[in-house]
Formats: sequence, C-alpha cells, structure tokens
Amino acid sequence: MTQQQLPNAYTELDLANEKTKLQVNDLRLYYGDSLALKNINLTIPEKRVTAFIGPSGCGKSTLLRCFNRMNDLVDICRIEGEIMMDGQNIYDKSVDVSELRRSVGMVFQKPNPFPKTIYENVAYGLRLQGVKDRRILDEVVETSLKGAALWNEVKDRLHDNAFGLSGGQQQRLVIARAIAIEPEVLLLDEPASALDPISTLKIEELICELKSRYTIVIVTHNMQQAARVSDYTAFMYMGDLIEFDTTNKMFTTPSQQQTEDYITGRFG
Amino acid sequence: MKAWFRTGTPWIWLNAGAIALCLVMVIGVLGLILVQGAAHFWPADLHTVQAKQSDGSMKRLLAEQVRAEDVGAAVLRDSGVKLESNELVYQRQLLKLGNRDVYGRDFAWFLSHDLSDRQEPLDATVIERREWGNFYGFPVKLLEGDKVVAEGAQLWQELVVRIERSNDIHDEINDIERGEIGVINKALESLRLGKRRMELDGAPAAEIAIFEQEAQQQKAELEASYAVLQQKLEALYEQSRRDNLIVVTAEGKTMTINLSQIVHAFQPNAMSIMQKIGHYFGAIYAFLSEDPREANTEGGIFPAIFGTITMVLLMAIIVTPFGVLAAIYLREYAKQGTVLKIIRISVYNLAGVPSIVYGVFGLGFFVYIMGGSIDQLFYPESLPAPTVGTPGLFWASLTLALLTLPVVIVSTEEGLSRIPSTIRMGSLALGATKSETLWKVVVPLATPAMMTGLILSIARAAGEVAPLMLVGVVKLAPSLPIDGNFPYIHLEQKIMHLGFHVYDVGFQSPNVEASRPLLYATALVLVLLIVLLNAVAIRLRNKLREKYRSESD
Repeated sequence: MTQQQLPNAYTELDLANEKTKLQVNDLRLYYGDSLALKNINLTIPEKRVTAFIGPSGCGKSTLLRCFNRMNDLVDICRIEGEIMMDGQNIYDKSVDVSELRRSVGMVFQKPNPFPKTIYENVAYGLRLQGVKDRRILDEVVETSLKGAALWNEVKDRLHDNAFGLSGGQQQRLVIARAIAIEPEVLLLDEPASALDPISTLKIEELICELKSRYTIVIVTHNMQQAARVSDYTAFMYMGDLIEFDTTNKMFTTPSQQQTEDYITGRFG
Repeated sequence: MKAWFRTGTPWIWLNAGAIALCLVMVIGVLGLILVQGAAHFWPADLHTVQAKQSDGSMKRLLAEQVRAEDVGAAVLRDSGVKLESNELVYQRQLLKLGNRDVYGRDFAWFLSHDLSDRQEPLDATVIERREWGNFYGFPVKLLEGDKVVAEGAQLWQELVVRIERSNDIHDEINDIERGEIGVINKALESLRLGKRRMELDGAPAAEIAIFEQEAQQQKAELEASYAVLQQKLEALYEQSRRDNLIVVTAEGKTMTINLSQIVHAFQPNAMSIMQKIGHYFGAIYAFLSEDPREANTEGGIFPAIFGTITMVLLMAIIVTPFGVLAAIYLREYAKQGTVLKIIRISVYNLAGVPSIVYGVFGLGFFVYIMGGSIDQLFYPESLPAPTVGTPGLFWASLTLALLTLPVVIVSTEEGLSRIPSTIRMGSLALGATKSETLWKVVVPLATPAMMTGLILSIARAAGEVAPLMLVGVVKLAPSLPIDGNFPYIHLEQKIMHLGFHVYDVGFQSPNVEASRPLLYATALVLVLLIVLLNAVAIRLRNKLREKYRSESD
C-alpha cells in the first residue's frame, strides 16, 4: 500500500455540506530519524465527531497531539507540512502555543485531575487567564460541570479533593475542566479506555451532547465506540492515513481491503 | 536442607535478624542514656560513714554513694594502696563527698571494708551552692546579721523561706545586670561608634563638635541612670548578704554559708516518696530551664537547648528555598546532558564531604571573607573589633545549610521526577505555560518530598558538632540570641549548642565525676529534641501527603 496508489484517501468523500475546522496538509512527523506520520492529508469538519481508529502504534495519537502541538514537548520530534485551523497555520511562528491550546482542549487516556479541589480543577484554566471574580468562576464551574454531566454528583462537595472521585467521575471532571475555557476543538485521546462499561457509556453520551458545540476528535481502540459516537472515521495504519469517510460507510462498505480486515477483526 | 533454602525461609530469618540487631543497638543506646541521664535527678540518700584514710586514721564523712566496682588487688597495690588481707579482688565504692572547698575534691574512692558504721541521719542536708558545688552537712543555726533567728526544730522551715527570699533577690540582681545595665552599655557604645563613624565619613569638625556635645549630654544622662541602678544593686547585694547559715560537716567542722550562695537546699533522708518524686521533676525542670554554672558542671542547659533550636530553625529557613530552587532548575529547566550529570553527581557527593571541611570553609569564606567585607562596608567605626566578621549564629546556620543542601536537593529532585507526566500534560493542554504548570501543579505535589528532605536535613544539622566549633558555637554564651532588645534576633551572637555541650561536658570538664550524669542527660535532651523536631516535620509532611494523595500513590 503506497502513496502512489492512494494519493488522497478520501477523494470520494463529499464534504461540501460541512464547514472545515481543521485542515491537515502534507503533514510529516519524525521521531529522530524515523518517520512516524507519512504525508497525512485530512479535513476535520466543524461540530462533528471524527474518530481515529487503527492498531497500536499506527500514529493516531501522535496525529491527535499535532492539533494542539503537544508534540512540541518531545525534544526529538520534528514536523513538516501544515495544519490549518480556521485558515491559520497553527505551526506558524507567530502562533502563541498557550493561546492555541486554550482553543484546542485535550482529554487524556488516564484521568489526570490536579491535586486540588473539584472546584479549583474546573476553575484552573480561568485562573490562568487571570479571572478572579468569584461570581464568574462560580458560574463557569457550574455550567462546565453541568456540561460534563457531573454537576448532580458533585454539587455538594465542590471543595473536596478531586482525587476522591471515581475514575469515571474524574474523567468527566477533566472534560469539564477542558470545556470551562470554551475551546473550539476538543481532542479526546482514548478517553474511556481506563473506565468501566457504565462510565464509558456516560462518557459516550456526553460526547454526543458536546458535539453540538465543539468540534471533537477522538482516538479509540474500541470499534463499537467509534461506530456509536462518531460521524466521520479515519483509519490509520503504520503512519499512513488509509481511509477517511463517514462512519456509516466505513463500517458498512469500506473501500479499502485493509480497513475491512481491521474492522472485521482479521488483523490489528 | 536444599528444599528449606528454596522456600526462602533463610532469607526471612536473615532479614529479621538484621532488623533485630538494629533494634537492639538503638534501644541499647537510648536505654543507656535514658537510665544514666534520668537517674541523676533522683534525690539520693545521704549516709554518714566512718572511713579509714590512707594514713590509717579514721574520719567521719557524710556522703552519697555513687557506684561500686570490683578491682584486682594488683591494680590497687600498683596505685599505692596498702592492703592488709590477701584477697584477689576488692570492692571499692565511689562516694560523693561534696564540700569541695573543705576536702579539695568532691568525689573519692574507698575500699568497702574501710567503710564502717553506716547511718542515715534525718537532718543530713544537701545544699546546692552557686560556687564550690554541693555542701553536705548539718545545719545548726540561722543568723540575720549577728542575731540568731532560728535554731533546732524551727530552723528548717525558716531556712526554706529565707532561701526563697534570697533567690528572688538574686533574680532581681540578674535582671538588672543583664537587662537595664546591658541597655545602658549598648547606648554608650553606640554614642562612641556614632562619633567614630562621623570622623571616618569625614564630616566637618563643626558637626562633630555638635554631635560631641549632644553625646556628652546623653552620656551624662546615661551615667546618671547607671549610678541609680548601681545604687539599687548595692542595696540588693546588701539585702542578699543579710542572712548566714551556720553548718557543721560530718567530721565536726563548723562553717558559715551566706544565703546568697545557696541555690537550693533539701534533706533527702527526711523526704517521703512523694516529696522525692516532686523533687525529681523539679530538678529536671531546673535542668531544662536554668543557665549552666561552674564551667558547665552544674546547673541547667537552657541556653544550649535554645541555641540548638534557633540554629536549626534558621538553617531550615535558609536551606529550603535554596535547595528547592536548585532542584527545580536541575530537574525542570537545565538541559539534560553530560554537564548536568557532572553537576548532579557533584551535588550528590557534597553530602559525603566531612563536616569539618564545611566548618573550615564556613570560617574562611563566610566569617572572614563575607563577614569581614560586611564589616568594612557597614561597620567601619567599630573596627578592628569585628561586628559580624566573627563566628556567630547566622554563620553557623549558613554553614549547616550548605552542609544539608545536597539532602534537600536530592529529595526534591526525586519528588519532582515522581510527579506523573500526565498531570503536567493536563495543565499544559489547558494553555498553561511551563512555569505556570510548575508552580501551580507540580511544586505543590512535590512538597511532601521537600519535607522529607527537610526532615533529613534537620536530623543531620541538629546532631552536627564539628563544623559548629569553628563558626559560632561556644562553651558558654553570655546571652541568648533572641531577647527583648532591638532588633530582637541577634544573628551575630555566639550561641551554645547541645551537641557541643555534650563534647564540652564530656571531654573538657574539670570535674569528670560531677559532669558524667549531666553528659548523659544532655545527650538525652539532644536526642529527644531531634525526635521532637522530626516529629513536627513528619506530621506536617503527612498532612501534605494526605492533601495531595492521588490514586497512583
């Protein structure tokens, strides 16, 4: 499977009805000398859920981290190509990384609340921006926790340590923390892989609610999850984007043999 | 046998044995100092004995038995003791005779069979004196001037009352001499220095003359108030010398002890068990709260306790910020590479440098170079007498801070490296900068580790002696480093220290037997103090741990 045979993995996909939020153009990413992402071209539509699937080590998490430049933290990581967000290349020198990360929120695989109270966890992003007004903070904390479907469970113990919450609650708290600063894009890196089925279900319901307000990109190992929550699905393999299409089409009539093999569980 | 080895049981025994050995050693050391140190304060009974002297004469002695031991006959013969019988081993007893002014020594060894006719007279009295150690004898009568005020049965009650009165006067004298007269001396000195400073600054002669005039006036005022105090002191001294106690020693020698010389008197043979317990705790309290007397062989150790605590706290205040900042730089900002590795290894190895080297460095660099420069710049008027360019509290704390810096750096670094990277990522992903992430999330999480470093450094610093001898600890400090005079904390002052006190009492004391129990008691206090400081720090750390406990811990 080479680039010549697949100049554009999603040429058949019609995105004319969608507004483009993120546009990846000829993105190549190197870890030291090895090429981890090979010439990726991809369009992420606005206010839709896009899922990245693929076997471990295929580069889907790496690609996700390109959207908020978390890969900058890795010293040996080098990036070529561009990612346009609302027409602006986020790898441009003039871009303030902190500013970018404020508009592209991220939730990680393992819940990572800060060692603070539930309230302070959610208020953290606002406090970074210098918001001190108690009323604004209270309001944002409440709406964010409601947005993350956690309010009813924690409203009586906002000032308890966040570590006292269960794993699923912690993950929703992290989502609340991310949406408290009103990002435009929400990156979810296997958000439910460390959680039990019930918590997973809650997170999935939450994703469906959130997509009306945010552009969501989710990396998942769970095929059913991708099928349940996403509108579009991208299949990646060995650093290549193999196929990108509507989730419906991907899971019913994929155009690539590899995709079909992976989805039906024949490899990967 | 082979099967037994494969079960791993021998390992368990080996490990448990190692632990048991450690425990035995620790308990042994603590037990020794506890028993030896704590027993000193118990009011031992006094005995009168008929003791045969080396010239064959008999002498009646009033003494406290300290301990007995067996010695070989050969040893005794070698040391010139004439032995009448032909036994191989003799028992000898150490008696505390007191009355150093009478006998020239207050401890003496006697062979047990040279002692006879042991009695416990109820009116045998121990009198703790400000000089010459304890007096053991029998009070006869109490004089006020030349007039007898009490005798016989009423004597003891009256004596206790009057000793209390003379102690009150003594305290008053002390307050005036240390407090008010000290303030006057300081004011006089600052007037002299003020003039010298103007001269050094090259102020015009007219200005100096004006200052001189004002100074003269103030000096006159100060001297007037000094004269008033002096008069007051004279009167107090007169008062305190009013009463005399006539006593008689066991062999019948009559002596006069002025009540101003008496700290405390008690009759151990007449005391009930409850009184003895009361006396015991009173003695412990006095030991902890009083100043030392007679070249540290009598009295308390309060200045040493105070000095140790002040120095350790000051050390903690200095070392924490330096160590934490250095560790944060090393771990978070410095470029990881060969140079950093070398720096890190060097820092770690600083912990292994002998502490006396730090002492020499502290004396040479901190005291002479830094302190000397500060003197040149800010206190030229009092040169050549140094103001801060001399060993003192601050330099001692600074030297100890340097000594314990590696400990704090190492544990803080460990703590920082244990913070999961997901937490940092979480903060960065919210748009926080690296320093915001560090100060709002990472450093708070690492505080328990910092506390661990601080605990270790406190334990090390409080027990350190060698470097302190060079940079500010002395055998006897005239005043405490914190008092009521501006600026309240006197960082340049020399201090006393428990560790050094142990060394001084143990090895530099003119009176070995008298100071032996004090040595154990001081060591005990030092150990308890370190335990206490650590317990406080550990409590604080556990609180922080509880606060920042995460599921991954």
